Amino acid sequence: MTSIILAVATRLIFPLMLMFSLFLLLRGHDAPGGGFVGGLVAASAFALFAFATSVTRARDALRRSTFRLIGVGLLFAFVSGLPGLFAGSPFLRALWTSAELPVIGKLSSVLLFDTGVLLVVVGVTLTIVFAMAEADEEEEE
Amino acid sequence: MLNAVLAGFVLTFVAPQVARHLPRQAGAIAALLPAGIFVWLLNQAELAMGPGVVERWPWSPLPGVTLSFHLDGLSLLMALIISGVGALILLYAGAYMQGQAQAGRLYALLLAFMASMLGLVLADNLIALFIFWELTSITSFLLIGWHYQEERSRAAALQALIVTGGGGLALLAGFVLIALVSGTWEIAALAAQAGTLQDSGLYLPILLLLWLGAASKSAQFPFHFWLPGAMVAPTPVSAYLHSATMVKAGVYLLARLSPALGGTNEWSLLFMVTGLVTLLLGGWLSLKQDDMKRMLAYSTVSSLGLLVTLLGLGTKLATEAAALYLLAHALFKGTLFMVAGAIDHATGTRDLRRLRGLAGALPTSALAAGLAGLSMAGIPLLAGFAAKEFIYEAALFSGGSVWLLTLLLLAGNVAFVVVAQQMTLRIFTGASLRFEHFHAPRVGLWAGPLVLGALGLALGLLPEVMATLAGAAARAIYGAPVTIHLFLLPDSVTPMLLLSALTIVAGILLYRRRTQLEPWLNWLDQGERLGPEGAFRRLVGGLPRFAERVTAILQNGRLRSYVLWVVGAWLLLLALTWLLRGGPGVPSDLVARLADLRFHELVLVLVILAGLASVMQAGTLLTLIVSLGVVGFGTAMVFILFGAPDLAMTQFSIETLGVILFVLVLYRLPGMVRLSPRRTVLRDSIVTGLAGAVVTLMILVITDVPLVSPLKTWFADASEPLGHGHNVVNVILVDFRGFDTMGEITVLGIAAIGIFALLKLRPGRGGESKAGDGEGRP
Repeated sequence: MTSIILAVATRLIFPLMLMFSLFLLLRGHDAPGGGFVGGLVAASAFALFAFATSVTRARDALRRSTFRLIGVGLLFAFVSGLPGLFAGSPFLRALWTSAELPVIGKLSSVLLFDTGVLLVVVGVTLTIVFAMAEADEEEEE
Repeated sequence: MLNAVLAGFVLTFVAPQVARHLPRQAGAIAALLPAGIFVWLLNQAELAMGPGVVERWPWSPLPGVTLSFHLDGLSLLMALIISGVGALILLYAGAYMQGQAQAGRLYALLLAFMASMLGLVLADNLIALFIFWELTSITSFLLIGWHYQEERSRAAALQALIVTGGGGLALLAGFVLIALVSGTWEIAALAAQAGTLQDSGLYLPILLLLWLGAASKSAQFPFHFWLPGAMVAPTPVSAYLHSATMVKAGVYLLARLSPALGGTNEWSLLFMVTGLVTLLLGGWLSLKQDDMKRMLAYSTVSSLGLLVTLLGLGTKLATEAAALYLLAHALFKGTLFMVAGAIDHATGTRDLRRLRGLAGALPTSALAAGLAGLSMAGIPLLAGFAAKEFIYEAALFSGGSVWLLTLLLLAGNVAFVVVAQQMTLRIFTGASLRFEHFHAPRVGLWAGPLVLGALGLALGLLPEVMATLAGAAARAIYGAPVTIHLFLLPDSVTPMLLLSALTIVAGILLYRRRTQLEPWLNWLDQGERLGPEGAFRRLVGGLPRFAERVTAILQNGRLRSYVLWVVGAWLLLLALTWLLRGGPGVPSDLVARLADLRFHELVLVLVILAGLASVMQAGTLLTLIVSLGVVGFGTAMVFILFGAPDLAMTQFSIETLGVILFVLVLYRLPGMVRLSPRRTVLRDSIVTGLAGAVVTLMILVITDVPLVSPLKTWFADASEPLGHGHNVVNVILVDFRGFDTMGEITVLGIAAIGIFALLKLRPGRGGESKAGDGEGRP
């Protein structure tokens, strides 16, 4: 079920969606957005990619297994809590740097945490989507 | 004290590494820790027996839950037994396990157990005590199931865990009630609240819950059956956990709480009856056993029954007797267990019928067993003698039915004398047998028991030391000053001395005639099998069947009935609460408020309603999904209109992904057919309609109640200065309530693994079978 319209559109939309996802993640602290929505958008991008091509190619584009994403995401979230602990505050106490970077804004442990959320959401969603789509492709064979 | 407890847990993780690099010395190295703790305790002894040593670590912000330790006479006695016997056991385990690859794991578990047990006897807070209590149950489970490849071991381990773990839960409930009534979690503060506790209406429930916890842990009737079963564990474990220390935890708890809860008729009746039944049952069943370890296990059950009886009696003399016996028993029973293990190791059997004349081959073990046996039988000059004298004295001056109590105690003690002879005369004397694979035991296998056995003699010869130690413990149990006067040899003939002599004579006669007892014992054994243990088997066996039936109703595989149960239960609970508690009424100006509805809002509502109508009328799956999408996007629009862009954005993404998932499964589903009979449709409509009506009503009512919550304004105000962000929702998610979010994403990850497993590992997918058959449909 490959449609040329879908394939061409995906080629254009896919990078835009990923950039939008990143955008949502970075602005999330001050304006609507955040890791959760960002993750859903990124996952949609890859789901679209899987439709337009195949799950195998979508997996290749993702480079890492979806479970790895979940694990790394959880690790990020956990690690983001450690600086607070070492600074003598409770676990997960947010720490901020005063330096302001272009685009990203102030660096903080919170951004790492939100990135973790994003990765977990992408991993979870794609685990489900890929598994379902693969069941589909197997049947077509 | 925290360091002593923590060190054990830390070393648990190091021990396997040590065992890998130094397999020969690992046991001795591990024994250094308990030995060190033993020395430290001796250093603290004077302080502990005087004012006591207290240590407090604020641990949880919950009111009153601290990690506090208290070393007094009772804790000192227990801790000395735990660390002293522990050091000898680890030495012994080093020799027992040598050459086995798993040895490191055994040292690790023994150390973890020792640390938990130390924590249990030192803890001064009910919650802390409970946690250590459960830790001992868990380490005991792991140790009983040591030979986990064998079905028998696993069953015994599970049985012990279910019995002691179940008792532990009852205990937790009891502790909560105690804290509710007395207003404190600190054990030291409970004694002052004794009046409040005993006058409270909750006293009896507390007592029964305590009974469940203590009786299951200390193997009292009717929970005693797990202890003989636990003998499948390696002998170091049996000697340490299941005779000297862990099984005493229940007894310790009764002793610890008796100043606060003891002294009433209910207390005495409950624990004396339990203790006496256990004393007699365990004692006489021990005579039936042919396996050395099982015999000692039943004898331990009996000894624990004796201790519970004494604590139930609760007089000054009885607490003195309990403290003395606690000490003496740990010494002689630990020795006998280790001797049994050494014999098993040397000859390859523990069967009493096949062992004879071992004195020549195992002289050191024979000496150790002899010392312990004499102490167990209550022969003068040994520790067991003093304890037995005090037991009879406590019975004679109990003030109740003196003769009945004395007679029952006599009957129990006679059994100990018989067991003492079984473990000495029967196996070590007589013509020696030849064993095929006999090998002489290493030093470690006989040194430990010999030291422990000799200690029983030393304490008997140094009555002042024993009196001081036990006296301090008795003071903590009795709650008032206690001084024990012990003597080396009795200087006059007292009723107690006559009773002791009678016990020994009766024991010797009984041992000679033990074959004539067989029919009686068989009858008792039958009852034992059918009674408590049979009941336990039926209970545990019936549980899966019960679960199966419940699951068949609640989770029958049809999504529709899951939804029905969830919505129905929620509806019922909500309606009940509303009716019983009387919630706020429905606002009266509903119709008037409708006039405020603006045009575009009205349109949106109509769109959502139209989507809903279409869902219910849908003739094909595709229509159904698209209509559902209309409802979802409509809802997202509502979010946007009322200022929740984050929510709307998430809803949009979810709807999109939802459609994608539907597309994937759509053409695998069968065509849309309406199969439900009218009755089902009617039922479902009623439940759905009610649920919708109730939700609507709830929302109207809730929004009408002025919500006074400081949280809302606090979050809005604090978001910028504390969280460095303007998006309050996100700041709450990633900062203020970051820990919640972390929990949620963890759950999400686990759910993904579950869904993946369900999709990939469907039955019938293993080979050529097509997913299209009925079985494989998602």
